[in-house]
Amino acid sequence: MILVFCELKDGQIRKPSTEALSEGRRLADAAGKQLGALFAGASCAGAAEAAKFGADVIFTAEGPTLASYSSDAFATLMADTVKAKGATVLLAAATAVGKDVAPRAAARLGAGYASDVTALSIVDGKLQAVRPVYAGKAFATTTFSSAIQVATTRPNVFPAAEKAGAGATEVLPAPAGDFKSVVKEILAKASGKVDLSEANVIVSGGRGMKDGANFKILEELADAIGGVVGASRAAVDAGWGLPHSMQVGQTGKVVSPTLYIACGISGAIQHIAGMSGSKFVVAINKDPEAPIFKLANYGIVGDLFEVVPELTKAAKALGIGSN
Amino acid sequence: MKILVALKQVPDTETKIKVAADGRSLDPADVKWITSPYDEYALEEAIRIKEAKGAEVVALSVGGDSTKEVLKNALALGADSAVLLKGDGQGDAYQVAQMIAAYVKDKGFDLILCGNKGLGGDNAAMGPMLAELLNVAQANVIVKLELGEGTFKAEREIEGGSEIVEGALPAVITAQKGLNEPRYASLKGIMAAKKKTIEELDATPATSGAQVSALALPPERPAGRKLEGDAAAQAQALLQALKDEAKVF
Repeated sequence: MILVFCELKDGQIRKPSTEALSEGRRLADAAGKQLGALFAGASCAGAAEAAKFGADVIFTAEGPTLASYSSDAFATLMADTVKAKGATVLLAAATAVGKDVAPRAAARLGAGYASDVTALSIVDGKLQAVRPVYAGKAFATTTFSSAIQVATTRPNVFPAAEKAGAGATEVLPAPAGDFKSVVKEILAKASGKVDLSEANVIVSGGRGMKDGANFKILEELADAIGGVVGASRAAVDAGWGLPHSMQVGQTGKVVSPTLYIACGISGAIQHIAGMSGSKFVVAINKDPEAPIFKLANYGIVGDLFEVVPELTKAAKALGIGSN
Repeated sequence: MKILVALKQVPDTETKIKVAADGRSLDPADVKWITSPYDEYALEEAIRIKEAKGAEVVALSVGGDSTKEVLKNALALGADSAVLLKGDGQGDAYQVAQMIAAYVKDKGFDLILCGNKGLGGDNAAMGPMLAELLNVAQANVIVKLELGEGTFKAEREIEGGSEIVEGALPAVITAQKGLNEPRYASLKGIMAAKKKTIEELDATPATSGAQVSALALPPERPAGRKLEGDAAAQAQALLQALKDEAKVF
């Protein structure tokens, strides 16, 4: 069996988990194996949707001990399920929870682990992964020597493809309490927007923005085209009051949106490393020699303070918006 | 309180990546090696705990002779002692976690700090694997840490915000940018570090779980095009191109 750990939010499977499930289905077909989907929480309402993404069996573990995320509780559940069902591959989406729990479960299983992978295949009966290293400056093909193989899939890379699976259900017992660490409280950002790592459209600003307050024009453009705002390290470190959670680059977030609009970003190696996985790149910069143009599908040499508001205006006029 | 800080030596962020002749590793020529920036936040946090409430801080790295630079720097910044586990520190996270776990066991560390990922390898796996092998609590990607009596409270970065993780010590805590602002080594610290020796031990042999079989550069991006005209015309042309050619909208 190929087992995919899935996350629910507001009774729906999170998009990165549907992507991991779809890739799991493809691998299960290639290997002639069953696909299992594993859910955990106070309630697993919504888990049945996994059948739409190819799950043959849907495992649910419900209970008060699983109401808050705990790395040891979730790792125990994952590892025990892998062992009980004889799964050879364990996948999760490379989300905050997935990246926290999957390596712990892998160590419990004595399994090799590949994080944030962008391609998977089954070679000689074992998982093989391709993953970006040096923040995308290179790609490493990873092979496993362990009997069980664990990987997390990078959000926004694997297409979520609907393919009906049998969707049989099996209820698993929730692990008993007394965990080593537990999440006590979630402090949400006011915006409620998706995270940069999962965003489909990113409008990013660099040193050319001149001041943190000027990021307002990027917010307006992002709102008009359904995107979120990021920043280069130069902008975050400039003392403009931008949080580091906005930073895109090797020492910030590594992103893979469909569209990345770089405004006033010259394109330092460490920034390019973080966004070169974008499908389409637009660069807006005064300096025609800026390295970012080498990467851009579309380049605009001009003053971003004129171009960005024009883009917002035109996008609103055309009624453009992306999912 | 006894704190271990695990540090990794990594290529500098400005490194232009070249693939070595073996086709699966980084060509080390012209690479400048640094301490992984996330590990610097971990070390700074350990030194701040030591300054605030008293602690013994041990710096540890896995690698060869050149890795001693990382440990010398840690001593100059305020670590009390340093340990080099001689072995492949650039290899598989599971292997490195086993080596460190074998050293840590029974040494009475209350807290183990390291970066949330090693820059370059980008696995973000060693910390949680070490926590599992030691059967202790973990909290990853931490931007704030408070210690109580045998407990910790940490703020960890998640999508769209953060969450508070509470747990029992001993624990493995992995640092994220924002946890603190690392200091520079003082001349006094550098001089004092010269008098300290780095303990060298052979790493306990460990099996790896995953191996890099090939390393490749990303495909070249196709040449783009520049959009002409005034700002309004450029904006129109861009949106049309994104709609019709790229089909983004």
